[in-house]
Amino acid sequence: MTLSTLRQKFLAGETTPEAALRDLANDIATRDQQTGAYLSHDLESALAEASKADLSLPLGGIPIGIKDNINVLGQPCTCGSKFLAENYLSPYDATVIRKLRAAGAIPFGRLNMDEFAMGSATENSALQTTRNPHDHSRIPGGSSGGSAAAVADRTAIATLGSDTGGSIRQPASHCGVIGLKPSYGRVSRYGLVAFASSLDQIGPLTQSVEDAAMILQAIAGFDPLDSTSLDVPVPDYLATLHDGVKGMKLGLPREYFGDGIDPGVRHTVEKTIAKLRDLGAEIVDISLPHTEHAVATYYIIAPAEASSNLSRFDGIRYGHRTKQPADIADLYRKSREEGFGPEVKRRIILGTHVLSSGYYDAYYGRAQKVRTLIRQDFENAFQKVDAIISPVAPSPARKIGAGAADPLHEYLSDIFTLSANLAGIPGISIPCGTTDFDGAKNLPVGLQILAPHLEEAKLLRIAKAAES
Amino acid sequence: MQQSDIDVRHVANLARLELNDDEVAVFQPQLEAIIERARSLMQLDVANIEPTAHPSPVFGRMRNDEPHESLPPSAVLQNAPDQAQSQIRVPKVVTDA
Repeated sequence: MTLSTLRQKFLAGETTPEAALRDLANDIATRDQQTGAYLSHDLESALAEASKADLSLPLGGIPIGIKDNINVLGQPCTCGSKFLAENYLSPYDATVIRKLRAAGAIPFGRLNMDEFAMGSATENSALQTTRNPHDHSRIPGGSSGGSAAAVADRTAIATLGSDTGGSIRQPASHCGVIGLKPSYGRVSRYGLVAFASSLDQIGPLTQSVEDAAMILQAIAGFDPLDSTSLDVPVPDYLATLHDGVKGMKLGLPREYFGDGIDPGVRHTVEKTIAKLRDLGAEIVDISLPHTEHAVATYYIIAPAEASSNLSRFDGIRYGHRTKQPADIADLYRKSREEGFGPEVKRRIILGTHVLSSGYYDAYYGRAQKVRTLIRQDFENAFQKVDAIISPVAPSPARKIGAGAADPLHEYLSDIFTLSANLAGIPGISIPCGTTDFDGAKNLPVGLQILAPHLEEAKLLRIAKAAES
Repeated sequence: MQQSDIDVRHVANLARLELNDDEVAVFQPQLEAIIERARSLMQLDVANIEPTAHPSPVFGRMRNDEPHESLPPSAVLQNAPDQAQSQIRVPKVVTDA
């Protein structure tokens, strides 16, 4: 059931927030045994909130699942890591949680993820395997794999994820749900455990475009606690949702439609492009010439920021502390060795290397300049078109365990999503069909739409047209 | 530039991360391959390009210097691995002279 349908049922008196929560808890107890999207959920505290729900609010009584790197007062926040799994409980609400509560919603359940959001398959979770509800032998995508799988499995009405290089859009694509990454600065990051602070954004994963608009409406806006959030008005996203695409120019970047895309993905995406053309959009070929450098740029900048952000996990104030350290330096080194998984260690080492003396200018400094070139590619493209259309990922969901040996190959599969984070622009993934792939039938394929900075209304409008 | 070499053990030490020999053996070639890939950026002429540190068009924002509520000590200490006398306890940091 979609969020908007559930809301209508609440308002019509056909069901109650308590009943909806109990239904979800039953579904989690049965179906999530297989899928493994949830790390934990606290029905009793959610029921206590539901009994006081104000149904007149825009999200009154609606339960929303939360990726396990967003702080909710009194709940665990493991980030998919052993480091925080032992004993950490959030001492405060993230701003998005405060805003969801103000809109009447009830945060319910903690969703699995790649450790500290580093990964594209949720296989880097140190705590649990999450399976794609469409084919349990396959990955749900990542890093917000639990958030996407729960929505696809209908064990959640809607969820929040975070997106640093595609971590909302790619799992949404693999699981056949909607995933929206807002513009950098549109949604406060306060209370999101930081991975790469100049790239991270929180956004919704939902069953419909309208639901994504409703959640964005609730969580968007300036926050004095995040100095990078933007103090600009939030438009009414539902007001323009049905305005259609007639007369819009939609760009197809030739660099995103080259070799390396699975033929079934290409065919499925092209069918939706033809549909948008039939609805009155003009389709225009464009170029984003620095695309080939995006992965290298991202995999310098993101680990650099991560190595700095993750220095806070030192075994002193929270999380894992090694037993019987010889001295304080030994405490740091062993607590981190014992608490972090391999991908997190790899990225900390990579990030530390590119920031270290003698390498800083050659790698990090240069990557920041190439980031400017990538941003300018999009600015130039948006002089010609209203939005950009592409696949979300080069292929549908792969088998669990099939990618683990080669991190570089995994990184390359993020090619279509991570540029939006480097440029700070919004992106959405919407299901556009299914294809047969790698011996499996009917795996979901996602279409990505990218729009200029702060143009989420346009993004949602195009997504709505493509969806209906 | 011939600086693609990465000494994983040295860098891990800079990051206060202990690694065992098996991890070093796995990470060393993986990170060399990733850094080799990153060297593709060397082809680009970036001489007159301004760096982008973050994509938000706001810089140096200051808030009003007004006191407001922060977490009480009990909330901060609830997650500490070790505590005593309302403080977080750590191993001895200074050594005897």
